[in-house]
Amino acid sequence: MTSPTSQASTSHTQSHSATGHLPPVAMQFDDALQQHDACRLGMWLFLSTELMLFGGLFLAYTIFRIAHADVFAEASQHVAPGWATVMTALLLTSSLTMALAVQAVRDGLHRRATVCLLLTMLLGGGFIGIKLHEYHSLYAEHLAPLFGWPFGYSGQQDASLAKMFFVLYFFMTGLHALHMVIGISLLCWIMVAMIRKRDARRWSTAAEMVGLYWHFVDLVWVFLFPLLYLIRPDKWF
Amino acid sequence: MSGHSTRPYFVVYALLMVLLALTVGAATQDFQAWNFPIAMLIATVKAGLILVIFMHLRESSALTWLFASAALVWLAIMLGLSLNDYLFRMG
Amino acid sequence: MTEAIVPPEHHYLNDGYSARSWLLTTDHKRIAVLYLLTITFFFAVGGVAATIIRLELLTPAGDLVQSETYNKLFSIHGIIMVFFFLLPVIPSVLGNFLVPIMIGARDLAFPKLNLASWYVFWIGGLFTLWAVVVGGVDTGWTFYTPFSSVYTNTYVIATAAGVMIAGFSSIFTGLNFIVTIHKMRAPGLTWFRLPLFIWSMYATSVIMVLGTPVLAITLTLLALERLTHVGVFDPKIGGDPLLFQHLFWFYSHPAVYIMVLPAMGVVSELVTCFSRKKIFGYKAIAYSSMAIALFGFLVWGHHMFVSGQSVYAAVVFSMLSFLVALPSAVKVFNWTATLYKGSITFNTPLLYALGFIGLFTIGGLTGLFLATLAADVHLHDTYFVIAHFHYIMVGGTVMAYLGGLHFWWPKITGRMYPEVWARLSAIGIFIGFNLTFFPQYILGLQGMPRRYHVYPEEFQVLNVLSSAGASILAVAYAFPITYLLWSLKYGAIAPANPWNAVGLEWETTSPPPTHNFIEQPVVDHEAYNYAAPAQDSPQPIALESTAS
Repeated sequence: MTSPTSQASTSHTQSHSATGHLPPVAMQFDDALQQHDACRLGMWLFLSTELMLFGGLFLAYTIFRIAHADVFAEASQHVAPGWATVMTALLLTSSLTMALAVQAVRDGLHRRATVCLLLTMLLGGGFIGIKLHEYHSLYAEHLAPLFGWPFGYSGQQDASLAKMFFVLYFFMTGLHALHMVIGISLLCWIMVAMIRKRDARRWSTAAEMVGLYWHFVDLVWVFLFPLLYLIRPDKWF
Repeated sequence: MSGHSTRPYFVVYALLMVLLALTVGAATQDFQAWNFPIAMLIATVKAGLILVIFMHLRESSALTWLFASAALVWLAIMLGLSLNDYLFRMG
Repeated sequence: MTEAIVPPEHHYLNDGYSARSWLLTTDHKRIAVLYLLTITFFFAVGGVAATIIRLELLTPAGDLVQSETYNKLFSIHGIIMVFFFLLPVIPSVLGNFLVPIMIGARDLAFPKLNLASWYVFWIGGLFTLWAVVVGGVDTGWTFYTPFSSVYTNTYVIATAAGVMIAGFSSIFTGLNFIVTIHKMRAPGLTWFRLPLFIWSMYATSVIMVLGTPVLAITLTLLALERLTHVGVFDPKIGGDPLLFQHLFWFYSHPAVYIMVLPAMGVVSELVTCFSRKKIFGYKAIAYSSMAIALFGFLVWGHHMFVSGQSVYAAVVFSMLSFLVALPSAVKVFNWTATLYKGSITFNTPLLYALGFIGLFTIGGLTGLFLATLAADVHLHDTYFVIAHFHYIMVGGTVMAYLGGLHFWWPKITGRMYPEVWARLSAIGIFIGFNLTFFPQYILGLQGMPRRYHVYPEEFQVLNVLSSAGASILAVAYAFPITYLLWSLKYGAIAPANPWNAVGLEWETTSPPPTHNFIEQPVVDHEAYNYAAPAQDSPQPIALESTAS
């Protein structure tokens, strides 16, 4: 039926195509639609692996919290839910700007895309900034039981069990923050392309894929927020 | 595929903010054992909105839905069968 | 009747000779060859460890190596063999080579990701090799806590990092296969016309994608615990060692299906070709592959029957473990039914396939013993377990791999291997294998614990038999390595379809061109539609290889 050997393109560019006319299609694909579908499917699969990756930590959290519910409730009062609420709002807003950015890239609106991508990066950066502030406060209060740093827990519950809460807190939010930083770098990469007025059609798939990734990282936070900060909130800031 | 209106994104955003307020509000009330399921339910609704609208599941193929659901099913298996151990230890 | 067979003028092997054309290739076939070389190297490393182990076990006293060294030996043997040989071998070698060709595609969906997976594999391998060289680990391949997280002084972090990184190679490969199989099948190639090897690679890829990340996070937690002294797995400070085991086995049990499903896929291909018969129960085998992929995730607790998990959970895991045996049994029945009244030729690949069927059956049945709670209390951590999994891993996966390697060798290299030597080697491997591992069942039943290098006198005879078998096995393994290398220069030139087999890979040249097909194939028939016997009796295979 189709004869594939006439493809002139020998460059194995992979994920940059648009659904417009004559986008560059990599050698192994028959047409732009197949390429786009394959990329989308691939990204969803990758997000499944990410879900299972975080899943291990969620399992650890679940069993420790069930075993020591009161300890977790009290320990979580040491992480300020007010700031976490602000962080959640920032991230949800960044998902909006991300969705708008993907749309803009698709429509070839370079300036709008640049603005939306920049906003997304700033909101993400704000999130990271607050998180670092949080980490620092906990360290200053001797509630960061890592690398043998002194752990001074003052509460009614058992200190060594409370330690488990803080360990999981740092691991879970740390892994999440790492993913945010990677996301911000990916956003920067696309934003530079938009600033340079690169062909939007070539970048729309990449933008869509990064968008999926960004929303996923947001999704993880949507669950981390109540699990770590809202068990039995006391002081908000 | 261009020509999509951006209105759904703003609507979802507004909903997400309302749900965020709800999350915080519910957490300040003492619903005893129900606090946790309520928080998880609200989080799930938020997640659903993000998945379906922001992540375009709404306009994706059945295969994409299958992949998205499979991950959730696998996570449920891991949590469920592990809890099967932890919840039923004697003493 | 044999006219001179002319090799194709342009094919993937002579499409560029520079190092760059190999090290920066995105051709799935070249990447498969790169993996073949890499994985063979790791097999040798794991084999060296096994050799020293079996030498030590010749005598009841611990007289060859110290206890700490012995602990490191079995740990390294397990880690290298599981993570750097068994898990990747069929998917990354045969799978990478065959998946696109069998579905009529020009390459995988993401060729650069494929190349990246090979480099990632090497990075992981180098971490682990470095750890082995500077002192190794003594935790067993299972890294149980709190010994691995708190008490041992060996190189756990480096090894765990190596394994974790290699895991990403697995994830990339699985992701690539799933997308490729969904999106890039040739026109007319519906799901139920696919070769069963593709079904098994698909099922394997599901496990690779959904299971391996959990191993990644588990090993990360282990490394973090060692680095930051936090105690997630340390019971002394409120941690839970069983959490590690749940997390570890959630991946590592499905991992054994990553090892065996591709092997089963190979066997399906071999059995149908050498019986010259359509496979019996195609859909049953296809569905059973998916069933194994799903059910395999539900049984991990059977590794933890005596660890302290709740009895209720143990019962549930035990019942599910019985269930997971069913789809495998279905396959064994169907292969047997395919052979029945088939027109059988005992070429080397079929010898390996027959070996697989018998040995996998024994290994699988002994798994049922272990799935039985009461029996497992006695058998856990004995040589019975070791015999069980070696029957499946070596008697199963390695045999299937060798069978597949011989079957597709002409396609991969354009050369035939020497059939007489190959048959003799297959028989030698079979004999050596059984002599090595059957005595271990008896040793286990009699109570010899695993991971011990000092044992009571009464176990010596069986241990000597086992070590004797191991030496036969080691020699027998050297034969294929030798004659396959020899065949690259002196083997008979292979025709496009030396076996008269049915399948898209046999409709292109041996070796294939870089883009696999000259013209896009279109499929209009069912899988394995072998015609009536009179029409396609197999060509006699030359027993003597002639130099070209």
